[in-house]
Amino acid sequence: MAYDKFNKITSPAVPLPIENVDTDQIIPARFLKAVERKGFGDNLFRDWRYEKDGSPKADFPLNDSTYSGKILVGGKNFGSGSSREHAAWAIYDYGFRVVVSSFFADIFKGNALNNGLLPVVVSPEFLQKIFTAIEKDANTTFEVDLKKQTFTISATGETTEFDINPYKKHCLQNGLDDIDYLVEMKEQIAEFETA
Amino acid sequence: MNMTAKTLFDKIWDAHVVKQVEGGPNVLYIDRHFIHEVTSPVAFLGLKNRGLKVFCPEKTTATPDHNVPTIDQHMSIKDELSRHQLEMLKANCAEHGIVHHDLGSEGHGVVHIIGPEMGLTQPGMTIVCGDSHTSTHGAFGAIAFGIGTSEVEMVLASQCIMQPKPKKMKITVNGELGKGVTAKDIALYIISKISTSGGTGHFIEYAGSAITGLTMEGRMTLCNLSIESGARGGMIAPDETTIEYIKGRQFAPKGDDWDKAVAAWAELKSDEDAVFDTELTFDAADIEPMITYGTNPGMGIGVSQTIPTTEGMEGSDKTTYEKSLQYMGYQQGEAMKGKTIDYVFLGSCTNGRIEDFREFAAFIKGKKKADNVTAWLVPGSKAVENQIKAEGLVEILEEAGFKLRQPGCSACLAMNDDKIPEGKYSVSTSNRNFEGRQGPGARTLLASPLTAAAAAVNGVISDPREML
Repeated sequence: MAYDKFNKITSPAVPLPIENVDTDQIIPARFLKAVERKGFGDNLFRDWRYEKDGSPKADFPLNDSTYSGKILVGGKNFGSGSSREHAAWAIYDYGFRVVVSSFFADIFKGNALNNGLLPVVVSPEFLQKIFTAIEKDANTTFEVDLKKQTFTISATGETTEFDINPYKKHCLQNGLDDIDYLVEMKEQIAEFETA
Repeated sequence: MNMTAKTLFDKIWDAHVVKQVEGGPNVLYIDRHFIHEVTSPVAFLGLKNRGLKVFCPEKTTATPDHNVPTIDQHMSIKDELSRHQLEMLKANCAEHGIVHHDLGSEGHGVVHIIGPEMGLTQPGMTIVCGDSHTSTHGAFGAIAFGIGTSEVEMVLASQCIMQPKPKKMKITVNGELGKGVTAKDIALYIISKISTSGGTGHFIEYAGSAITGLTMEGRMTLCNLSIESGARGGMIAPDETTIEYIKGRQFAPKGDDWDKAVAAWAELKSDEDAVFDTELTFDAADIEPMITYGTNPGMGIGVSQTIPTTEGMEGSDKTTYEKSLQYMGYQQGEAMKGKTIDYVFLGSCTNGRIEDFREFAAFIKGKKKADNVTAWLVPGSKAVENQIKAEGLVEILEEAGFKLRQPGCSACLAMNDDKIPEGKYSVSTSNRNFEGRQGPGARTLLASPLTAAAAAVNGVISDPREML
């Protein structure tokens, strides 16, 4: 699946200071019935975001016009649970390009990276600083520099480095995916099979 | 320290690495791929858009499970979107030459139940599926884990995926399990100790006398729940129990191939001095029948205990905990025993196997279902359903006021009509108690089939040990 190349993003962030945000909250199972990859953003955080009658819950951050931007900041153990890639699609489709947390579940992290959504792991202390900065000024911006692997609070200049596998970094920077890579390797794979 | 000593995980993983990408993941060869209707259509669409064919169609097996109704399966599925997903799976399999066990056929069932039943799941294999509970197959001494849809497309296109090698964890459970304590309780106990992120980044090997004493069904339940600790998967070294289970199954090796396979499987164990990144040990005697009280599988306690208080918690830990109890309608410090329940769900890839139905039926035999309880008993596969009937369990269940449904994932994730109503309490043998998992506003209490049976009979949360 083609996605936008990722280099540098400067944007305000949407805070979601809840721990263990699982994939059933990100996109409930009843919205997994599509056979194409589109429109999942409408149902992102469906049951936290909307009342039963479909009206928005005013106190949920995505419905609060104070908050905006391409960066979602979540509590620790973000993305636990199911392997549904729809979770990463929904976050991307909504318009986020970066998810920040102090800890991500493995499968979610892999799915995000395969879909142009950058998971940034920061220390619990730095995560708190980000939440505090947003609380002080919802319009405050953050700079995510993939090349330098840094996440910076623009207002204070406080910065932290994040890890990313060099191969995945290359893929994100160039909008490439693993399937292109594997298809190129077919002969080698066929040899491995017969060995 | 012997540097060449390998864990079971290392032995299987290393034998499947086609290539180590410089500064990147491993290209890992996949022996067995399972697909279902929910996470495969976009992968097939991807293949189509790239003009690719399935590379090894004989290594993929399909069945629809997430979306299927569990009554009147012979009729057309009412929900249009669900029906369309099933039709897409069928069409995609036909186009690419993939074996498809459709709804209503003898091979149909929950993907993680039919694989082992057919003997498709074997020791030493790498097994993936676009479903996190693929970890189930690790019970056979295989590396089995859930993948996303992009990775499903990778396997279809190349029979490989790209994965960094995870860390290794060994969890040893020594001693004998007490009366009424099952594999489900071991799993919920471990997760309550290490939390839902304790296993993240790791692949678990389970060992110890309490583990080797489990049946294959029990081992599958335990490995199934590995993902709920955050681990990609869990595995158990194959032994006599494993070999006995596989022998004679449809896709098990036959004749000379069988002897060769058994000899090869004997090598599948961690070397004595192999090093794990993390090692944990538990005592089976400390485990009682477990039940969850919150909104993640780590929030579990012994059924005789009280809901933990927020004492010592602070910051977002405390707020998250309080939010969870509020959703459940519970107060800290309350006893779980005696709380009224509304629904009981027996089934899922965690506890939908024949042994689970035998245990449930043996427990309720001669007793009656409580009037306030709606019970959904959903076999994991057509083969399980047939076996339940053949063993005369249906009569026992019906006499006690229970009714058997037809196979599928059902109320585990409520993608079909089997939804627990808002605010209702469901004692469920499935794997996740997340908010809304069993239906919007539903409140899930995870437990073993025995604890679920006790609750179904009494209408309140009960300790099955007092009724055995």
